[in-house]
Amino acid sequence: MATFSDLSSRLTESLKNLRGKGKLSPADVDGTVREIRRALLEADVSLEVVKDFTGRVRERALGDDVSKALNPAQQVVQIVNDELVTILGGEQRRLEFAKKPPTVIMLAGLQGAGKTTLAGKLAKYLAKDKHTPLLVACDLQRPNAVNQLQVVGEKAGVAVFAPEPGNGVGDPVKVAKQSIKYAIDKVHDVVIIDTAGRLGVDAEMMKQASEIRKATNPDEVLFVIDAMIGQDAIATAKAFQEGVDFTGVVLSKLDGDARGGAALSVVSSTGRPILFASTGEGLDEFEPFYPDRMASRILDLGDILTLIEQAQEAFDADEATKMAEKFKTDSFTLDDFLGQMQQLKKMGSLKNMMGMLPGAGKMKEQLDNFDEKEITRTEAIIQSMTPAERTNTKLLNGSRRLRIAKGSGMTVTDVNSLVNRFEQAAKMMKTVSKGGVPQVPGMGPMGQMAHGKGRVAAPAKKKGSKSGNPAKRAAENAALASGAPSGGASASGAGFGLGSQNPGAPTSEELDALQKFLGKG
Amino acid sequence: MASKWSLGSKLKGMFGRDESAPEESAADEPEAEIVEEPHAVKLPKPAKAPKAPKPAKASRLGRRSKMDESTWEDLEDTLLGADFGPDVAEQLVDAMRVAVAKNGVSDSDDFVRLLRELLEERLSKFDTTLKLSERPAVILVVGVNGVGKTTTIGKLAKFISSAGRSVVVGAADTFRAAAVDQLATWAERAGVEVVRPQADGQDPASVAFQTVEFAKTNGTEIVIVDTAGRLQTKSGLMDELTKIRRVIEKQTPVSEVLLVLDATTGQNGLAQADAFLEHAGVTGLVLTKLDGSAKGGFVLAVQERTGIPVKLVGTGEGLGDLSGFSPVAFAAQLVD
Repeated sequence: MATFSDLSSRLTESLKNLRGKGKLSPADVDGTVREIRRALLEADVSLEVVKDFTGRVRERALGDDVSKALNPAQQVVQIVNDELVTILGGEQRRLEFAKKPPTVIMLAGLQGAGKTTLAGKLAKYLAKDKHTPLLVACDLQRPNAVNQLQVVGEKAGVAVFAPEPGNGVGDPVKVAKQSIKYAIDKVHDVVIIDTAGRLGVDAEMMKQASEIRKATNPDEVLFVIDAMIGQDAIATAKAFQEGVDFTGVVLSKLDGDARGGAALSVVSSTGRPILFASTGEGLDEFEPFYPDRMASRILDLGDILTLIEQAQEAFDADEATKMAEKFKTDSFTLDDFLGQMQQLKKMGSLKNMMGMLPGAGKMKEQLDNFDEKEITRTEAIIQSMTPAERTNTKLLNGSRRLRIAKGSGMTVTDVNSLVNRFEQAAKMMKTVSKGGVPQVPGMGPMGQMAHGKGRVAAPAKKKGSKSGNPAKRAAENAALASGAPSGGASASGAGFGLGSQNPGAPTSEELDALQKFLGKG
Repeated sequence: MASKWSLGSKLKGMFGRDESAPEESAADEPEAEIVEEPHAVKLPKPAKAPKAPKPAKASRLGRRSKMDESTWEDLEDTLLGADFGPDVAEQLVDAMRVAVAKNGVSDSDDFVRLLRELLEERLSKFDTTLKLSERPAVILVVGVNGVGKTTTIGKLAKFISSAGRSVVVGAADTFRAAAVDQLATWAERAGVEVVRPQADGQDPASVAFQTVEFAKTNGTEIVIVDTAGRLQTKSGLMDELTKIRRVIEKQTPVSEVLLVLDATTGQNGLAQADAFLEHAGVTGLVLTKLDGSAKGGFVLAVQERTGIPVKLVGTGEGLGDLSGFSPVAFAAQLVD
């Protein structure tokens, strides 16, 4: 959803000036924390929990335990995610069963939270585990809740204890009490008590719930809460904790698009763990709670984290070393070029990727203009070449070029420009990696790099596998700074190769920028 | 009814005062009206026992002698706590700054009054009347799971029938276990007709069709169609809603599509409204469970973003716990 781009772009924006500083200053952190606060509020995390949380993030971000290997954006994302997972998964545990059956599980929550449906799901889940659950209809309030439980029980293939017709008739406390005896008689090892929905402020109903608890002495009291709930989550959770002292939480309706900030509110305000997540209306749509997934969901940082992970996988250091070697020995071929491009593609949207780079906010416009299909087109051209042609571009005479153009659905001009630019780039790379100063004929973007030129020309260090990098990186930094993403700054807006003036280099630029971003470069 | 909504102690005493201001009780009598052209008839509201006073809350705005930066922070916190969401809360704080600068504020009552007026103004931009001039007038009730659609229908049926109109409810929630029975129980309580599906799991659109048909044959004036709860992210189910509407419209226009929203909902309420507006053409909102501790501040954003007004308010599980939406009373309850 929009939120990802929102938060990530805001984070990037607030960290724009930090590139290269490596450490977060209090002012930087404050800006970032504000954005996180807002994102948490948008995710419906309760205000007091937000304050507490952001306070902790701030402290940690300023503290010494921050890894200096990471850049600021990563640090913050990591801290926030860590904190979320820590809170959400702090007290992770399984359902507890009584030593002497029956195990009694009582469900409680607001109206419409999904208790009755959950009762069915839980029963089915336990039945699958060779338990013999008994559903007990203690919701005698809502019209036909008893019927509903009976239908649900039938669907789940479990027994239902419903001595009272409901609809306001019968005493739920008595039913709950009787059910235990019934369960012992009929040898049910788990008793699941469905209770009526009630508001936290309804003293009378809370008293009733607490009486049911007293009468049955349950091993687990599960508080069922709707993932869509807002700021009221905390008041409700506290009221239920006071009223029935629940032992665990079930988050329902997680199949919607609510961000589920309530999870964080409830766990941090009551200290009770979330045991299950309920994800649909079917009786099987029920699963153990995964704190890490929930953490990503609340702040919608999943994409960023995945991206970091993927990037780390896609660009391992070995690969980069190999590339450097290839540049050096002049054996960088169109095949390698293709391989690099495909690696990039593997990571998903290049725009997303570039958007992630701190300071990329500046290049937003160019990024928007950047046509990802250019990669595909360039790929098509290369793939229309024979292996021999890919290794040795000198083979490419007019008729071969025509064939390639036809094969890839492009024009001969496109093929020509790709080949030219590849050759130039390969040459440049070779010079750079050998420690020389690159001659850059026709490198358009260089013109814009006035402020970066000095650094480009700076003496490059000796060889060694990565010796080429400083100069190269300087060039790339300059390119980034001058707002030229992947060489696509030219008017055409075309990113990769075609129409731009800067062929092989973009790939390695991004590669390197990414490496840098990942703290590896 | 909610005439006992009091201004909160929270915003009280902010300037060091403690006495509670007398309420403008004349203003908080919300009335639900049903327009039946050519002559509009205002229905009397069902009587309701006065609400028990809410437990006093700790004053977040505290006592202080003059306004400073923390007053604004506290105001923002209060608004955020009422589920207005960060954007609207920010807007309101800014608007309050302007209002305070313009009017000057001498004490807490002034401040609270300004805030209440601001909220009232923004809440009352929309027409909250239920338009039921067609015959039969069809009301389609939609919403996500567990917000209180069936309960609302029971109360609404009672509400309309006690105004002397004949009502039939259609049990088009053929999905959830025992939903049909639940609606039938409510219909019985309200003393109105009910059209049930003929078979288990019957297509909800056909139940809706039959309900309208029933109304046409029997001359029933108002048709209320219940639908199964569905999360707005389930596109298949949302399409089903479009179909129900389309099928009803083969016989008669749909007068009102009411989206039921749970007051405890947070910012997801906006997503719900957007999706249901797109798929079912929602014409009005019903805010339920306002008898709890949740304020439902998100409806302000929903109203303003979608232009759909809140038309009804649910405040309990009793047959009479439904009333028209009153911006005045709602604003008062929000600043409580």
